[in-house]
Amino acid sequence: MAPSPDVTSREGSGDQELLKVRGVSKRFPGVMALQGIDFDLRKGEVHALLGENGAGKSTLMKIISGAYRKDEGEIRIGGQSVEILTPRHAQDLGIATIYQHFNQVPHLSVAENLFLGREGARFGFIDYGDLFRRARAALDRVRLQVDLRTRIRDLSIAQRQMIEIAKALSLRSRIIIMDEPTSALTDRESDTLFAIIEALRDDGIGTIYISHRLEEVKRIADRVTVLRDGKTVGTLRADKADVPTIIRMMVGREVQATCIGRCAADGDELLRVESLTRRGVLHDVSFSAKRGEIVSLFGLMGAGRTEVARAIFGVDPIDGGKVYVAGRPVRISSPAEAVRQGLGFLTEDRLTSGLAMSLSVTHNITLPSLARFRIGKWLLNLKAEREAASGYVSALDIHTPSPDHAVQHLSGGNQQKVVLAKWLMAGSAMLIMDEPTQGIDVRGKAEVHRLMIDFARTKRGSVLLISSDLPEVLRMSDRILVMHEGRLVAEVPAEHASQELIMEYATGSR
Amino acid sequence: MVPHRESQQPPGRTLRDRTRQAGVSVFANQTAFMLALLVGMLLIFSQFSPYLLTRENLFQITIQAAVICMLGAGQTFVILTAGIDLGVGSVLALVTVVAAMVMEATGSLLPGLLAGLAVGAACGLINGFVVGKMKVPAFVATLGMMGVARGLALIVTKGIPQYNLAPGAEFLGQGRLFGIPAPTLSVFVVFAVCYVILTRTTLGRYTYAVGSNPQATHLSGINTSRHLVWVYTISGITAALAGLTELSLLGSGQPAGGAGYELDSIASVVLGGTSLLGGEGHILGTLIGGLIIASLRNGLNLLNIYAFWQQVAIGAILVLAVFADQLRRASRR
Repeated sequence: MAPSPDVTSREGSGDQELLKVRGVSKRFPGVMALQGIDFDLRKGEVHALLGENGAGKSTLMKIISGAYRKDEGEIRIGGQSVEILTPRHAQDLGIATIYQHFNQVPHLSVAENLFLGREGARFGFIDYGDLFRRARAALDRVRLQVDLRTRIRDLSIAQRQMIEIAKALSLRSRIIIMDEPTSALTDRESDTLFAIIEALRDDGIGTIYISHRLEEVKRIADRVTVLRDGKTVGTLRADKADVPTIIRMMVGREVQATCIGRCAADGDELLRVESLTRRGVLHDVSFSAKRGEIVSLFGLMGAGRTEVARAIFGVDPIDGGKVYVAGRPVRISSPAEAVRQGLGFLTEDRLTSGLAMSLSVTHNITLPSLARFRIGKWLLNLKAEREAASGYVSALDIHTPSPDHAVQHLSGGNQQKVVLAKWLMAGSAMLIMDEPTQGIDVRGKAEVHRLMIDFARTKRGSVLLISSDLPEVLRMSDRILVMHEGRLVAEVPAEHASQELIMEYATGSR
Repeated sequence: MVPHRESQQPPGRTLRDRTRQAGVSVFANQTAFMLALLVGMLLIFSQFSPYLLTRENLFQITIQAAVICMLGAGQTFVILTAGIDLGVGSVLALVTVVAAMVMEATGSLLPGLLAGLAVGAACGLINGFVVGKMKVPAFVATLGMMGVARGLALIVTKGIPQYNLAPGAEFLGQGRLFGIPAPTLSVFVVFAVCYVILTRTTLGRYTYAVGSNPQATHLSGINTSRHLVWVYTISGITAALAGLTELSLLGSGQPAGGAGYELDSIASVVLGGTSLLGGEGHILGTLIGGLIIASLRNGLNLLNIYAFWQQVAIGAILVLAVFADQLRRASRR
């Protein structure tokens, strides 16, 4: 496949061009989401779309996929100017979108999901033999071996994603939009995905690839377009774009690579876990964390990291082992007890277990700490509550139109800051953070990291960071604990750690 | 999209901002819309009947609404937690007959009232335990209570209505204080208390939190299962208050009474803008919802419309009102 030329040197000729977006704008009440966006996609190209949260990537994607209507500008598909009216219309035009949260029906089988709405029923009766045949053919294209009758909810995220891609292909899509496709995949699963994307490229299908993982983008994309504040900043060839340049385009200024000075962890021991065991899940896990320290828990999917957090926090029962908080043995049998002991847990999925989406920023922040705003025995001092919450909103720089706005309207990074504010207000001394920067843009990540360091070094708290982002782990930790299949296999001080060493432990090859 | 910092807010706070400041806003759009609907409905009916907007008739509407509104108050708590209480009609019946029988046995009012309250609270407590601790889905648990309470009411009375009430029993339903009917005052008090609980106490806040996201609330250190016990107990208590009012209004304890009241209470809650999915809603909306239903009945009565058409009207209004709310929500996105 010949390398695609620079966008400035040659205008794509009509038949090479799958999609052309010219001067597209979109206004929402009070805000200009997109202004004069230019973007194009060629046949057999992987074109990455980058930008911080709020830059407009998702809005542009929704316009292309038919979920929103543009206010101004032109969209051309295969040289023809079109008005994309509905998602169904987009589908008919050959555009398929694979969202971060799949449009799949958990209780139905793989085959049924693949052809949802296209079962080919005669007088309402479905020919399952034919359905299975078509489904098998679709899955073969993405090399997925799975029993067609398995219910979707019994499959892993990686498998579900492959099914989404198979579905897109079965719709004879020429343009596939992928939104953060690797965010829930292991490295090996990501490699499979990239191989599939290469195969799509060979078939002449154009892929719009949205991701925050810049190293990945450089690896898979042909061209890169960066959006900022609703405008196109520029389009570059991926091999000509280096990471600092991309970041500069995304945030508009140099972002210093934060280099954390390692402080000698001479603080008091805050948490000690001895021989933590949960039958079938965790085996004899022991470690400790001191004040002022950031300790990371690294491992591949299924290693048991989140399970350790849940066991410590009292969410899951334990079959053996002891937990000590500030040197005292404790029995944490419920999250309420964990909170009383000064622990805080920022869960992996904000949406399902971190925040009450319909509640305001204020109410989410104060939830564990409501008791302290009591007047007398029954009533709450709402004014004091608002002021306290506002204090955290400013201190953590949480962007929200007002503290009474429901958190569901905030961006991912700001939502995460609300979760953090919640635990800071609760006075947690030990924070367990499970994938705190997942799904957050570059600037948001940097802010969460800054707050994490501030919490450990300045406030003398302790952080247990669970992350599958190895660069993040190496950059932030004082010590790295590596887990493999439910066991703690290594404890590596930061100065001796390297990507290779950690991965060797994590894959059990050492 | 440019992130909007607080410091960039325009200087004057709008009425919307100020009402939002109350932590839980007093008037959601849905509630304001329903209030407008209520007033509009009354005005329209008044064109056909000069009697409708008189003070006496308006009092009458509140008396007719009282029982359902009180049931609705407790139901609001339950629905806010994404649950439902189908048993309140039967519990009401059980409360009326037990209160009546205790009054007859002791010859005095107070023991009867206390017995009624105790029965209501006990039923609520049981519901709460079954839903909160045993983790039985609310629909099923309260459906079971619906049958059990009704059965008990019929058993203890052998199916016979209880007429021998204690002296003074008719006050709660038929008496007046400063010219205002007792039921009207009771409803006011019940809703005032519930409003304070929901907006200004941890109990109220946790109710919204549990409904919005039980998992996140649990992980924030709140004992969500114990909280649910409280919520259903509150529903039981309001069912008792409603029952005592009904007892007083009818002058008798009817073991077969209260049938269908649970659906009216749910309708009031939904009309008032509370989402059946939990986490969003306003107690005052329930009051308006109950008044809408009662006004509709009252208005149609005054117009001499065939009584059964009232059922049709209420069903239709419920669907249309919620549909209008869906449109409003969709246009906001």
